[in-house]
Amino acid sequence: MRLGKSLVASTALALVAASGAYAQTLTIATVNNGDMIRMQSLSGEFTEATGINLEWVILEENILRQRVTQDIATSGGQFDIMTIGMYETPIWAERGWLVSLDGLPADYDKDDILPAMRAGLSYDGTMFAAPFYGESSMVMYRTDLMEAAGMEMPEEPTWDDIAAAAAAMTDRDNNINGICIRGRAGWGENMAFITTVANSFGARWFNENWEAQLDSPEWLEAVTFYNDLLQNYGPPGAANNGFNENLTLFQQGRCGMWIDATVAASFVTNPNDSTVADSVGFALAPNKDGLDKRANWLWAWALAIPAGSQQQDAAMQFINWATSKEYLELVAEREGWANVPPGTRTSLYENPEYASIPFADMTLRSINAADPNNPTIDPVPYVGIQFVAIPEWAGIGTQAGQEFSAMVAGQQTPEQALARAQALVTDEMEAAGY
Amino acid sequence: MSTKASRSAARLMLAPAVILLLGWMLVPLTLTLIFSFQRYLPLRGGFQGWVGFENYVRFVTSSAFWPSVQATVIIVGGVLLITVTLGILLAILLDQPMWGQGMVRILVIAPFFVMPTVSGLVWKNMFMDPNNGLLSHLWRSFGADPIIWLSDASMLSIILIVSWQWLPFATLILLTAIQSLDSEQLEAAEMDGAPVLSRFWHIILPHLSRAITIVILIQTIFLLAIFAEIFVTTQGSFGTRTLTYLIFQRVLESQNVGLGSAGGIYAVILANIFALFLMRIVGKNLDR
Amino acid sequence: MARSVTIQRKSLNTLIAWIIGLLLFFPILWTILTSFKTEAQAIADPPVWFFFDWTLENYRVVQERSNYSRFLWNSIIIAGGSTILGMIIAIPAAWSMAFVPSNRTKDILLWMLSTKMLPAVGVLYPIYLIFIQLGLLDTRIGLTIVLMLINLPIMVWMLYTYFKEIPGEILEAARMDGAGLKEEILYVLTPMAIPGIASTVLLNIILAWNEAFWTLNLTAARAAPLTAFIASYSSPEGLFYAKLSAASTMAIAPILILGWFSQKQLVRGLTFGAVK
Repeated sequence: MRLGKSLVASTALALVAASGAYAQTLTIATVNNGDMIRMQSLSGEFTEATGINLEWVILEENILRQRVTQDIATSGGQFDIMTIGMYETPIWAERGWLVSLDGLPADYDKDDILPAMRAGLSYDGTMFAAPFYGESSMVMYRTDLMEAAGMEMPEEPTWDDIAAAAAAMTDRDNNINGICIRGRAGWGENMAFITTVANSFGARWFNENWEAQLDSPEWLEAVTFYNDLLQNYGPPGAANNGFNENLTLFQQGRCGMWIDATVAASFVTNPNDSTVADSVGFALAPNKDGLDKRANWLWAWALAIPAGSQQQDAAMQFINWATSKEYLELVAEREGWANVPPGTRTSLYENPEYASIPFADMTLRSINAADPNNPTIDPVPYVGIQFVAIPEWAGIGTQAGQEFSAMVAGQQTPEQALARAQALVTDEMEAAGY
Repeated sequence: MSTKASRSAARLMLAPAVILLLGWMLVPLTLTLIFSFQRYLPLRGGFQGWVGFENYVRFVTSSAFWPSVQATVIIVGGVLLITVTLGILLAILLDQPMWGQGMVRILVIAPFFVMPTVSGLVWKNMFMDPNNGLLSHLWRSFGADPIIWLSDASMLSIILIVSWQWLPFATLILLTAIQSLDSEQLEAAEMDGAPVLSRFWHIILPHLSRAITIVILIQTIFLLAIFAEIFVTTQGSFGTRTLTYLIFQRVLESQNVGLGSAGGIYAVILANIFALFLMRIVGKNLDR
Repeated sequence: MARSVTIQRKSLNTLIAWIIGLLLFFPILWTILTSFKTEAQAIADPPVWFFFDWTLENYRVVQERSNYSRFLWNSIIIAGGSTILGMIIAIPAAWSMAFVPSNRTKDILLWMLSTKMLPAVGVLYPIYLIFIQLGLLDTRIGLTIVLMLINLPIMVWMLYTYFKEIPGEILEAARMDGAGLKEEILYVLTPMAIPGIASTVLLNIILAWNEAFWTLNLTAARAAPLTAFIASYSSPEGLFYAKLSAASTMAIAPILILGWFSQKQLVRGLTFGAVK
């Protein structure tokens, strides 16, 4: 309650600074992820403090992307705040479609935002989207199963460690799969994971002349390794498993290991949803023996204001509220520290209460280990770790993802999948005029 | 027979429908045509110059084009085959005397009221999921390995889902047709000792031919456009990328409106060839 | 007279028909059942059937998160509005084609149907741009018009086939009695065509209610119908079968109930001229 009051006070001040005090309504498009749903349920506080009403458009990720992209590309002006990611932000900012967030007040403390997040959501040094939560990827594993197998997971495992652990934990008779990783087609699904594996094997999407490189030996090695992992130790139907399917499997105790987004840590350790909550360990994403690149990605769901919005001041107020330190405290007070949207602010990780959460340290280390400007060993002409920040990527990634998904389903070999992916990427790049 | 006055009145009554549909067809079609000759990339700022037939060439020469036409034909054909065959059998069955006829009819037509997104989601998650789906529980209870529906039997899965939705429609139309069948004719045949199969072939099926063509025509129009069922299940993976879905990928995923528009024009042409062929048959039937 | 049927045969018919009926209805039944379970029960193996602690928790959660009544109201307005608007345009058109046919009538009819062949995804950009220009984005009126246009060909065709079955002599007789065009339509044709009109209306409401491309892509918050409501439950994080089931049940229940009540009407009326 005390906290609510101080929030009220601070946002009320901001309101005075803003222009009109008449009743406004903001339309907010967001993803149906748990943290956003929580934001919606807490947003009454914001309305109470500022008198600004909120209309929520909450959509499943794929539909949301399609809707906001369509709207911003045509200047449809349907939304005052859009939830977008690290992929969209620099591309849209370059087009001048987003409002710069320089206007955020001083007490917002931009310097508190983790440098990796701020860099990924900026264009030309200006921040265009404010991180609502951020993530990298890491290994989540079952400590009890590892113990039973007489093994120990190093804090910084290599792919060989992962393969050995997966082999040891696989127990088909008891429905336990050594490893669960993404197989479902989509640039934000299997391609996010496969691209990080490829990075750690020294492969890259394009060379400096924007020529597709999927025919390289590094790609073949990486994809073959990924495919073997899933074929030998993965769950049935892995080709259809995305983040959510694997989350369910892990929570049901059917996975020995799961390499995925760091935000999943709070779900798998939540005893209300997870049957294995008290036996989960964490490790950094693996690297290949001899190569100094870990397979961890970097992503943030962030709030941005489209340039076509008629209510930019009010929208700025909302972003100031939803991505502030005070919001984190509000969530902590209501739902506990484990449910606070992670990965955005340094101060959160310096807070002793938060630091005592088992996955906090590993999350921060994973995020800090990610470098979007140098995703792999060789130099690349693009920014982005598990994606390539060019407008064509969504199309390329999803179509290539379908080839790899068919590979996981056993419908083609890694060689065939790579050959077809190479052909279609070359095609698309040509069509886009590279 | 009709007077001049009633003729012009008739034209006046027809006009709004014709004008509206003409507008609905021409305006988007024209714009699509214009886009299709442009390099139009919204995420790169929109219009980038005229490119002639480049988009058209690119669309058909892409390795995804023919497989997508094939997938479309298989899905439409598969669904038609299942819905018409089962629809006839079901219609005959429902026409028979039984207890609780009204209730059974309600059960049979219910899937038609379910929106495609919901049916896709329900089938994908609650039935076909290889770990938690009901079908996988069923398979396991018999000691079998569950089928991984959406990847190993992707086409069949889509066809099943869509057929489930459209079977009621086919059944309803065929049922009304059967109900109009002169029962005396059937009885006479029965008296003559004609076997069941021969009665079916020589009396029932010919009587239904008109209804069958109509079912095929209307369903084809809707089936060529199916989208939601694929979008929420396989997203075009595992060979289920239809022409409609391919256009969706070009326009919305790759954000290449020029290329997608060229695809749209191809789809219109292919659909109309198909429709012309169908309409010939139906048109004949309409005259009869 | 009715065919004589043995009890055995009737029993057999009943048995087979009920098995098939229940099989076809099962996915819906399962969805409804699941909506009353907890998330853990929803994925339990072996599945739980009827004997579990029925809970309304999922409905409470869905209701708390989404303003169901607004989505529902939008669906009703859009489906109902597009049907009414469509009938106003389709009835005169079908009437004139049925009773004052010219040698182009059939061509016009077939052309109308062919307008449905344009793939929606192909024309999304043009339509979106036009909607921006006209300020129709996220408005119920805009969506109503689009859905009306999409279904108009089917409506015209359906009505046409009914009207054609009305014998021309009746019209002749009415004209002899000095009935004008208006009277002809209002007092002679309409009553005879009521069953046809009713089933056309029903079919159109069903099609409009279930349309999931334009309703999603042309709306944001204000005009979003139940198809958009579903899109916010389709694949969130964590277990979601039970909540998805509750949302699904809420989305299809109104149309399912309408369909059930009008089942007789649909069975009688859905002919498209298939019956001579």
